[in-house]
Amino acid sequence: MNDTVENKVEERRNFLKTGAVVAAATVAPGVLMYGVAHSRAPEEAASGNVRWGMLIDSSKCGDGCNDCVTACNTENGLSGETGPQDTQYIRKLDIKDLRNGRVHSLPMLCQHCENPPCVDVCPTGASMKRADGIVLVDRHICIGCRYCMMACPYKARSFVHEPLTDQNPEVPRGKGCVESCTFCVQRVDRDENPACVDACNSNGHMAMLFGDLNDPQSPVSLAMQTQPSTEVRADLRLNTGVRYQGI
Amino acid sequence: MARLANWLRLAAMMVVSAMLAVTTFSAAAGVDLPKLEKGKGDKCVEDTQYMRKNHMDLLKHQRDDTMRRGIRTTKHSLKQCVECHASSNTGSVASSKEDFCAACHSYASVKLDCWDCHATKPGVKPIKQGSTGQTSNARSTLSSSPLLASGMNGGVK
Repeated sequence: MNDTVENKVEERRNFLKTGAVVAAATVAPGVLMYGVAHSRAPEEAASGNVRWGMLIDSSKCGDGCNDCVTACNTENGLSGETGPQDTQYIRKLDIKDLRNGRVHSLPMLCQHCENPPCVDVCPTGASMKRADGIVLVDRHICIGCRYCMMACPYKARSFVHEPLTDQNPEVPRGKGCVESCTFCVQRVDRDENPACVDACNSNGHMAMLFGDLNDPQSPVSLAMQTQPSTEVRADLRLNTGVRYQGI
Repeated sequence: MARLANWLRLAAMMVVSAMLAVTTFSAAAGVDLPKLEKGKGDKCVEDTQYMRKNHMDLLKHQRDDTMRRGIRTTKHSLKQCVECHASSNTGSVASSKEDFCAACHSYASVKLDCWDCHATKPGVKPIKQGSTGQTSNARSTLSSSPLLASGMNGGVK
């Protein structure tokens, strides 16, 4: 009896010792975490230490410029049509302040909420938030019920009504599923910006910043620390990953 | 004379039964096994017999890892299957009955709906919006695959 108790104590001691060693080992890379967070090995799962987000300065957004939308369509193999049954991951909206008539334009896309209503209502678990905050639809189990489309306050989701051909190998999409902006997850996973952000940067508007909101040193966090930014429908307390300036 | 007639009858019966045996034998063998084109590279990511039996499980495992956790190893990914096994004729794994996936799946009469969403050809980039005549031509030559594939596997959408 005594023997087993002592054995247990001994085991526990050993466990604690190893625990301490493991903790020491993880703290050291933890210091570097921010530095390496952006380059993830292919076999490494998306980490909850990262939260991808975007800051859009609508005052820099070019009037009549549609480059982000075009780049998105190209990257994701969308038709570019804007009818009620066509898929749009990102749309340019023109907003008018009725009191003074000020008009400006901004891109609207999936806001990658921390508490996404689309995920709440999904009956199959197809609508999901990845560990790094990217909200996605798992088309393998989406049944096309479209509850998520009704739940989304940003009208960010689309339904594929017709059979598709010639998909981008990196962006599988097909009839009968709901879909929306993925922050170009295939690009993010290989350490690139979403296509819209790259397009906005390359045409010189620089209205979109993409990065890790959990990293205080990332350009997007630095911009948010120094300048005011707003969530669209902040009253819903969804803690969106996409923030706007100048609206 | 009677003996000769008997002998002839016996011989005729033997010939007939031999012919019958041949036809029954070929009926039992069924249709020809699918002839598969050899993929790129020396060997597949796993042993051939193992792949024949278990490729669907590997793909399903990988699909959940990639989709849900963001793990993008290429060893068991569908995209990598397509890279190696796309036909030299059609450039696809499922646009004609001889193509790699379609050959076996139509033989076994197992419908697969991977190609409703996934590209059957490697590395086809989407066409730019407002494209010129040249690129839209490129698009028309590339069209067809997923629809054809599912139609061929018995799926009418």
